[in-house]
Amino acid sequence: MAEVKDIQFREPVARTAEALGSERAAGLEELHGDKMVLNMGPSHPSTHGVLRIILELDGEIITKATPDVGYLHRGDEKIAENMTYTQFIPYTDRLDYIAPLANNVAYALAVEKLLGIDKQLPPRCQYIRVICCELARISSHLLGIGALAIDLGAMTVFLLTFTEREKIYNLCESLTGARFTTSYTRIGGLSRDLPPGWVEQCRKFLEEVVVNIDETETLLTRNRIFVDRTQGVGVITKEDAIDYGLSGPNFRGCGLEHDLRKTQPYLVYDQLEFDVPVGTMGDSYDRYLLRVEETRQSVKIVHQCLDKLPGGPVNVPDTKIVLPPKDRVLTRMEELIHHFINVTQGVNAPPGEIYFGHENPKGELGFYIYSKGGGTPHRLKIRAPSFVNLSILPKLLPGHMVSDVVAILGSFDFVMGECDR
Amino acid sequence: MAQSETKGNAQRTAELARRVRDRFPELLSEPQEFRGELTLKVADAERIPEVCGFAKKELGFDYLVDISSIDNYGDDPRFTIVYHLYGYGHLCSLRLKTDVGEEKAELPTVTTVWRTADWHEREIYDMMGVRFRGHPDLRRILMWEGYPYFPLRKDFPLAGKPTQLPEVAFTEPAPMAGGPFVTISGGKDTIAREPRVRIPQTDALETNARLERRRDIKDAHGKACGPGPIEPRN
Repeated sequence: MAEVKDIQFREPVARTAEALGSERAAGLEELHGDKMVLNMGPSHPSTHGVLRIILELDGEIITKATPDVGYLHRGDEKIAENMTYTQFIPYTDRLDYIAPLANNVAYALAVEKLLGIDKQLPPRCQYIRVICCELARISSHLLGIGALAIDLGAMTVFLLTFTEREKIYNLCESLTGARFTTSYTRIGGLSRDLPPGWVEQCRKFLEEVVVNIDETETLLTRNRIFVDRTQGVGVITKEDAIDYGLSGPNFRGCGLEHDLRKTQPYLVYDQLEFDVPVGTMGDSYDRYLLRVEETRQSVKIVHQCLDKLPGGPVNVPDTKIVLPPKDRVLTRMEELIHHFINVTQGVNAPPGEIYFGHENPKGELGFYIYSKGGGTPHRLKIRAPSFVNLSILPKLLPGHMVSDVVAILGSFDFVMGECDR
Repeated sequence: MAQSETKGNAQRTAELARRVRDRFPELLSEPQEFRGELTLKVADAERIPEVCGFAKKELGFDYLVDISSIDNYGDDPRFTIVYHLYGYGHLCSLRLKTDVGEEKAELPTVTTVWRTADWHEREIYDMMGVRFRGHPDLRRILMWEGYPYFPLRKDFPLAGKPTQLPEVAFTEPAPMAGGPFVTISGGKDTIAREPRVRIPQTDALETNARLERRRDIKDAHGKACGPGPIEPRN
């Protein structure tokens, strides 16, 4: 049997010097010339939006990487200071636009925490919100897996996962009226209840998506090309993951067990049964495996929610927070006043400051709201998981080959809408 | 069960806040609680790395969630920097705040404590114009290099300002189409707050210009379309 040898990538200068003998190596430095600077992005297929990375190369090995973000900056935080809490909900759709439902829920929960009503939400509202979050997670992870696969040359997987995502969009459409920018939550509730027949549609989708995930796995998980390109690539140590503040699957991929749904349970997550998968190596392959498993866990959570789904209202019974029903607005004085104040001045929030972190598909999406009272925040800071996750790139990329960048970026699964805000 | 866990967590957080306060009694304020979150105010911004370093090394706050900034426009000191600390080991979070005056607008960096502070501090510099001394690479991050303003400051208009860079996208402020529409009770109305909203008079001028064009079309085709001109209002 032939002996298996490891191929070692060495610095070209050192390799050539060794080959020629040390006495001739002295004059070689200038023969190799300067390091090459390669601009990647902002519009490059594997940068998933508008990320720009300036790579400094020695041959094909990266020696320095400088990410350049901000191409999608729209000033969301500035905009938030100038509108009521409810008016900002559509802007949250445009943060992580792969999972708008989860952003809606995260933002609504943050404002409700400020108002002090996050524990008083009706059970039906909480269950529906969990379903929304998990559907968003499935949608986001399917895209992440599909995009990673297509970046590494597996077109079929991309088509497979997008077929399933299309069904989620159909569910979103019948639930919220919009396929993409859902704006589904309201402060203290939801814009509408589940439409008739939606639960059955959702169950049908869950049965189909499990088959699809299995099929995706047969195409990728033991695929020689895929494994070779992702295993051992982009390894993040536990210490670095904590130090750089990573979150979500990128954090858990390093073998750290941390999920806000378990550590700081919100909504009804403490009453649901699910596992938090954890990686071992912290490489691109682990992050891929983790997303596949999280998708399965999400399917499990949605099943449980559909089983347990209670009846009752979806909004808190306080018309100073949610809009009163239309028929009462038109017939009663008090409701008319509440409606009018709600629309023109917004929910009257107390002075104070809160931070709420939500386990979004991409990681911890946090809202820090500093209120001086009244209907608009004095300052609203969005802690975007993609922004923080990308900050490790200057540490992570050097030492890898150019082609590995694609595998690493794909496995990071970031969204620039959220990174740049 | 979950409730008792939350309670235990709150007790641990209070204990950690007390320990950090015991270490710096003259520097830190009493912990303030709001919605179950504890906030400590650091009196001297220059000593923030010291407090953070202690919290990380001795109390296990090894994870920095976020740094944000507040512009208290009209008050002195003008800026507040807010640090959200979290411990991966004990799952407790703590908020530290410190004030920075407008003239100085500078404080030492905490990138030496947590490396994740790098981009957060760059963002605050970019958006608020507060500098972090000792930061390894304090450049703008979201706006482009050479952008002259700090857009999250309260005195920066929502619509933007014209910049001195010709040929760059967004050299002129973008049209606001009449927004934002929120009126805070007791505050100024939309037109006074935002000088670039639609003013009835200019609206009338535009409309009349449009009607002028229509009249030309009418002259050409010989038949009228649309209403007559309107008087400018004041």
